[in-house]
Amino acid sequence: MLGKINSIETMGLVDGPGVRFVVFMQGCPLRCKFCHNPETWKLNDKSDLYTPEELIKKILNYKPYFKHNGGVTFSGGEPLMQKEFLLETLKLCKENGIHTCLDTAGSVPGYEEILKYTDLVIFDIKGVTEEEYKNMTGSSNKNATEFLNYCQKINIPTWLRVVIVPGINDNEKYVKELINYIKPLKNIEKIEFLPYHTLGVHKYEELKIPYSLNGVSDMDNDRCKKLENMLKEGLKS
Amino acid sequence: MEAYEGFKGEKWKKEIDVKSFILDNYTEYTGDDSFLTGPTEKTKRLNDKYAEMSKIEIEKGIYDVDTKTVSGINNYKPGYLIKEDEVIVGFQTDEPLKRITNAFGGMRMAKQALEAYGYKIDEEFAKRFEYRKTHNEGVFDAYTTDIRKARHAGLLTGLPDAYGRGRIIGDYRRVALYGIDRLVEEKKKDLVNLEKAVLDEEMIRLREEVSEQIKALGEIKDMALSYGFDISKPASNAKEATQWLYFGYLAAIKENNGAAMSLGRTSTFLDIYFERDLRNGILTESEAQEIIDQFIMKLRMARHLRTPEYNELFAGDPTWVTESIGGMTENGKSLVTKNSFRYLHTLYNLGSSPEPNLTVLWSENLPENFKKFCAKVSIDTDAIQYESDELMRPIHGCDYAIACCVSAMTVGKQMQFFGARCNLAKTLLYAINGGYDEVKKELVVDGLDKITDEYLNYDVVRKAYSNAMKKIAKTYVDAMNIIHYMHDKYAYERGQMALHDTKLSRLMAFGVAGFSVAVDSLSAIKYAKVKPIRDENGIAVDFEVEGEFPKYGNDDDRVDLIGKELLEEFYNDLKEHPAYRGAKHTLSVLTITSNVMYGKKTGSTPDGRKAGVAFAPGANPMHGRDSSGALASLNSVAKMPYTNCCEDGISNTFSIVPSALGHSKEEQVENLVNVLDGYFEKGAHHLNVNVLNREMLIDAMNNPGKYPTLTIRVSGYAVLFDKLSRAHQEEVIARTFHEKL
Repeated sequence: MLGKINSIETMGLVDGPGVRFVVFMQGCPLRCKFCHNPETWKLNDKSDLYTPEELIKKILNYKPYFKHNGGVTFSGGEPLMQKEFLLETLKLCKENGIHTCLDTAGSVPGYEEILKYTDLVIFDIKGVTEEEYKNMTGSSNKNATEFLNYCQKINIPTWLRVVIVPGINDNEKYVKELINYIKPLKNIEKIEFLPYHTLGVHKYEELKIPYSLNGVSDMDNDRCKKLENMLKEGLKS
Repeated sequence: MEAYEGFKGEKWKKEIDVKSFILDNYTEYTGDDSFLTGPTEKTKRLNDKYAEMSKIEIEKGIYDVDTKTVSGINNYKPGYLIKEDEVIVGFQTDEPLKRITNAFGGMRMAKQALEAYGYKIDEEFAKRFEYRKTHNEGVFDAYTTDIRKARHAGLLTGLPDAYGRGRIIGDYRRVALYGIDRLVEEKKKDLVNLEKAVLDEEMIRLREEVSEQIKALGEIKDMALSYGFDISKPASNAKEATQWLYFGYLAAIKENNGAAMSLGRTSTFLDIYFERDLRNGILTESEAQEIIDQFIMKLRMARHLRTPEYNELFAGDPTWVTESIGGMTENGKSLVTKNSFRYLHTLYNLGSSPEPNLTVLWSENLPENFKKFCAKVSIDTDAIQYESDELMRPIHGCDYAIACCVSAMTVGKQMQFFGARCNLAKTLLYAINGGYDEVKKELVVDGLDKITDEYLNYDVVRKAYSNAMKKIAKTYVDAMNIIHYMHDKYAYERGQMALHDTKLSRLMAFGVAGFSVAVDSLSAIKYAKVKPIRDENGIAVDFEVEGEFPKYGNDDDRVDLIGKELLEEFYNDLKEHPAYRGAKHTLSVLTITSNVMYGKKTGSTPDGRKAGVAFAPGANPMHGRDSSGALASLNSVAKMPYTNCCEDGISNTFSIVPSALGHSKEEQVENLVNVLDGYFEKGAHHLNVNVLNREMLIDAMNNPGKYPTLTIRVSGYAVLFDKLSRAHQEEVIARTFHEKL
């Protein structure tokens, strides 16, 4: 069994707790407007092939850095696009006592077995209403909603992430929607707002993919932080 | 005796044994940094005055220089910054920042250095050296043809043949613990004991040296007296201990202008006195910090006179007042004390600074609070470096210190013969070009055959490389033996050696430069197709590389192990040739900032690097070639062999942008601690940590003076960014900054 890996970041310090080995997997069913990794979209585009055994061998080279809180994060792309490979690799991680994190939008069904070997989910909220979700990703939010519900049901620790894009969702109305959406959830450990940036735009030119956010500038960090604080206040009350 | 009241242990009283004194008396501190205090008014006034003077110094190149006085321990009148504010006193000359003219290493170098800054040597001064042979003259009387050629071509560079060798650490603590009279008494006993041995050449030399040491101790005592302190007896409180110790160090930097004049390991030693005074209620925390702040400020103000060529090698006017902090005892207890915190805290109280070169001896078992404090200081100041206590303690015991950047030695019991470095990338080109230099087009190494293949074959090149290394190893050891023979003869470090045991062990420190270029070049030849482009004389002046090849810095054994093998082989080649005075050979992978100059002097290489392009510093992977993230890069470096091979250090410089280190400061601190723990657990030796943005450096380069205290770690030391040349600044900016989109 071979996994298609777009790239590896051996020192991920912002994708989950502690020091993380981040596996960027190839393939994604969504076409998020703000995506800065469009090279991971097509499952059969250029990637490196690994067996689960080869990958775990590589991961183990970094175990001394993980200490009490670090580990592996499977990101992408959408890691759920390669379920069999993901499952096998997750099992090997757990056999070796490594903390596992799944960075996903939940957009592919059939993850029940995978979540048994996942310690932490990082879930990307792309939109609250069907309309918002479709506008941002080009797909329905049905799978995402079901995924989040399932995580809630099995009570798996979950972090939420929201990319804030100027002119699309950088407004108080969206924050209020998020408050209502998140408030009932019991398994959320952390929420992060990520400001949209334009560092990935050049990749679209290289790949000759039209970029739909042309002319949209970087999200202002302070404004983003302000919205995040508003959300956190809203969740408290 | 009052000075020893409350101190435990007997052994250190009977013989000179500072280590026993520390182990018997120090108080480990496992708490956090909340006890620390800010600078006092006195300290602030002094620091402001120093900042004003620094501005003038940066504009002029040097603040001032004494061109009349022949250098020596007690040849200068006392100097002060603001006398009434100074709780620790003493400068190299009669004025702060006024440099010494030291001609014992070589007269030409001294003259050139003065001329570079618009000064002229005093006639009387010059006359005295007409009757006094210098180290430099001695060396060139003995240098062989091969050494001259290798030096001229830039194959061996930075050899201490025209300036002080440095890298010797006197055990300055002895002055505080024993007082000068006791130290003289012990040396006199040694001198009598030496009479019993067969008086061969070594014994005669040693007798002369010990006699000089005794005279030097007397000079230290007189120098201290000129400042109003009688240091004949042991220090009796914290302030005296710090002052006595500093007089010992001050004597060293008055007498010598060695490249690296390191301090040793003083914080925990001094802490014993601080703890006793705090306990007795005669010292407050604020007063304790004031003593340390002012001591550190004095160390920051040490200066040496250098030529512009020297600055090209060692950029930024470094003095390497390296102080080693932390580490563990042989029994598994940490040597962290409150003073360890106070020393690091000076980076806040006095502002960030490259000197003293604060070096944390890292162990996973250090107290968590201390590890976190170090990480915080790194993130805030970029001024400290880390070295593995777990690798060095088993070799040197727990009372060792770092000289210069990464050179470990047992304090007072070991010394080093410093030997710069050999250009391994150039050596590879000689192997391909039959010993001809690719830039100068001259024959530098005899007896090697040119490789004439259209495409380079790995086995052929590798064998030729082995031959070239063997030949160069002999030339290199010859050069070192001559240099240190003459240095002992003409520029012996009397004062520093007086603070060593008479019977001591010696290390001879060889080094390599261009390491990652050599390794990637071999990998290219092995895994891709490399075609030399030859000039009319058949010398390869460029290379065409077809196909991909694994590159050092990606945790890929296919190439990393080539590097490991290379170091082991060159080290063994060096060991074939005995070293002067029975010294033990050691090797370093450390370039300081000479990687820029080495690159300039080296032609295009088979890894695709073009002629003149700077090498990566130390053991760093070549800029931009480590593409699997920072930890892969660290893992590659961690594979290089320290124990029994590169025991003079393997330097690695790591730059990361703050946002990639974690979202919050707390996360950043924790992540950095985990990275350090992991890296050293992998068996690595050294890490410089820079947490900064490339944009800020570019801004600083384009606007000199905008960031006056911007300090960055380069290769084993730190510099003020503003003091680097444009070429060095550009090289630093070109380095890999680990960031994540």
